[in-house]
Amino acid sequence: MKLDFTAEELAFRDEVRAFLKDALPGDLRQKMIDREHLDKADTVRWQRILNARGWAVTHWPVQYGGQNWTPAQRYIFQEEMALAHAPEGSPFNVNMIGPVLCRYGTDAQKENFLAATANIDIWWCQGFSEPGAGSDLASLKTIAIRDGDDYVLNGQKIWTTQAQHADWMFGLFRTDNSGRKQQGITFLLLDMKTPGITVRPIETIDGGHDANEVFFDDVRVPVGNVVGEEGKGWDVAKHLLGSERSGIARIGLSKERLSQLRVLERRLAGDGTLTQEEQLRLAYKLAEVEVELRALELTQLRVVAADAHGGGANAAASILKVKGTEMQQRMTELVTELAGPAGLAVTDHDHHGGDLDTGWLGAAAPFYFTMRKVSIFGGSNEVQKNIIAKTMLGL
Amino acid sequence: MDFELTDEQKMLQEAVTRLVADTYGFQQREHALKTSDGWSRQAYAGLADMGLLGMPFAEEDGGFGGGGVEMMIVMEALGRGLMVEPYFATVVLAGGVLRYGASAEQRAGILPGLIAGEHILALAHSERGMPRHTLDARTTATRDGEGWKIDGRKIAVIHGASADTLVVSAQTGEGPGLFLVNTAAEGVAVEKARGYDGVPVADITFSSVAVPAAALIGDAGQSGAILARTFEVATAALVAEAVGAMSETFDVTVEYLKTRRQFGVAIGSFQALQHRAVDMLMELELSRSMAVLAALSLDIDADQRTRNISAAKAQIGKSGRLIGQEAVQMHGAIGITAEYKVGHAFKRLTAIDALLGDRDYHLARLVELRGVYPAAA
Repeated sequence: MKLDFTAEELAFRDEVRAFLKDALPGDLRQKMIDREHLDKADTVRWQRILNARGWAVTHWPVQYGGQNWTPAQRYIFQEEMALAHAPEGSPFNVNMIGPVLCRYGTDAQKENFLAATANIDIWWCQGFSEPGAGSDLASLKTIAIRDGDDYVLNGQKIWTTQAQHADWMFGLFRTDNSGRKQQGITFLLLDMKTPGITVRPIETIDGGHDANEVFFDDVRVPVGNVVGEEGKGWDVAKHLLGSERSGIARIGLSKERLSQLRVLERRLAGDGTLTQEEQLRLAYKLAEVEVELRALELTQLRVVAADAHGGGANAAASILKVKGTEMQQRMTELVTELAGPAGLAVTDHDHHGGDLDTGWLGAAAPFYFTMRKVSIFGGSNEVQKNIIAKTMLGL
Repeated sequence: MDFELTDEQKMLQEAVTRLVADTYGFQQREHALKTSDGWSRQAYAGLADMGLLGMPFAEEDGGFGGGGVEMMIVMEALGRGLMVEPYFATVVLAGGVLRYGASAEQRAGILPGLIAGEHILALAHSERGMPRHTLDARTTATRDGEGWKIDGRKIAVIHGASADTLVVSAQTGEGPGLFLVNTAAEGVAVEKARGYDGVPVADITFSSVAVPAAALIGDAGQSGAILARTFEVATAALVAEAVGAMSETFDVTVEYLKTRRQFGVAIGSFQALQHRAVDMLMELELSRSMAVLAALSLDIDADQRTRNISAAKAQIGKSGRLIGQEAVQMHGAIGITAEYKVGHAFKRLTAIDALLGDRDYHLARLVELRGVYPAAA
């Protein structure tokens, strides 16, 4: 056993650092530090810079533009990205539909979509949840009925993140009602410009607009847009939700937020905002958070190392999402506590201007509110616990 | 970065885990607790026969030169069995003082018997009216001709009543020192007690106990450094022992959830209990990670070593409490029955938090050091 990265891994880390220092645009970096909302153009710009370097979709198979990196390299890359305040690419493109098409896509689908997905020439959204199908996703009802060479879609998706920007949607639709609810679900790709699609915004508690309702009214989708087989969409969805785990706990993000907390701690102690007692209480809270972050970091590294030896199911891996999201949320709670009443006056959602002098005050609470979603989406933490109880504990 | 055990370490793990499972079941432990010593000399001899008592000592001292990972492996296995034998007292605590402070002559005099399992040692350090975890001592050692005279009272000396030799911390005129004291010496009065975790403890009074000059370990004034180093290693060992006790407790609890039936179904089918079992698993895995961190930190630079070890002890203080309490709760009344293993694991986990600085102590130390991550700030 040893804790240190190898010389090769450290050299790789230096290479990543040097690239990020050079390639990350200063205005994007500043927006990230200030917790400002990134618009679509920001995300696209950065993704294309990464893509030009060959680092936009590193965990895809090499023939589709991926890098044959070790789990340790993938971990290092993600951590360095976070510590350098680099934005993440679109998760829908990079982590969801891309790997799905690499695995299940037809040759034509790969040809049409993969390169464009890596470069965000196509912006994807995910049509999974419905009003009656959240945690119980397999009970989804939006129907796709075969009519000649098309499916005709009717129904509604909800919580569809960034559907207002999306060029295409990948989603789950019911093509058969006769069997178990996991059967008869089909994974489809659809052009958001298709007639009959209506996108309606949902304002969220952070004051932002990322979530949407999407309505389907006789929307025609060619049968060539089925991914995998008709009726086997549930397997495709499970693959999508369960593939990449070298960065699942998002340690880098939490470390970056911790360093912001330490900066604020010093500043607020120095300018008289925090009393002596408050400084001490804060120091204890930060120590507690750091202990758990260190334990989580080591757990993530154990999984990364195990994956280098072939991986497989393991108890440590199963806890990363739950604990990782709790940790991310805890960081934003602490920043909001630090802001106190001065953080009540929020700034405009798209222009938080959350610089570390004063703007962070208005950005703190909205960021805290928005981070509540991380323990809900992608399978809520309660669903995660159900899965762990069943698969790891046999309960 | 690598978290795999070497082939030798895997063999050690298999051997010691099997030894504990085969020879130290709950009945054997209960039997050991009822003997006059309160522990099993036979079980301890089994550890000696396997060479485990010599594990951390240098090869030139007759040991095996094992490091933090080997210690972790052994302590985790002993933790699984809730062993009450004096491994921690003799090999880890007193043995740590010998490794970090004793002269070659002192080591040559003591270690062969220690490693053979014939010589029991205990560290007599804590005192009433002092901080609960400190390097300091109020017991005194005064020059008396060529030797010293020791006066004072030590409390909660782990395995103090069984010890042939005590390592006693005391203030000399030249700073605090550590002394080897024969338990049978005149003026040593031992009051034996049983710890709630089953491990024997003793309060020991020293009244003008005469010891020779050769009893002083290192120089007078050095004890703080020797004890600090010993306590770091011992803390890492306790963290690993806690992981063993937590693992065993967790396994027993999950098994119980599958077999205990109420309302016509296994109680493990209830989601309220499933989620709490997962919470236990999460605490266990975080603790396991910290045991590894502590084991791998024993020989790194002092600043980071201290942070890592304190972080590990703080983690298992929290995790041990959650796992212990939840295991008892989910067992219902059987969990509070003395005839059942889970309650004893809960008690040992409670004791482990109390020893060598509890969670609050180590959090305070981390606050003093400005956190776990030196560079992050």
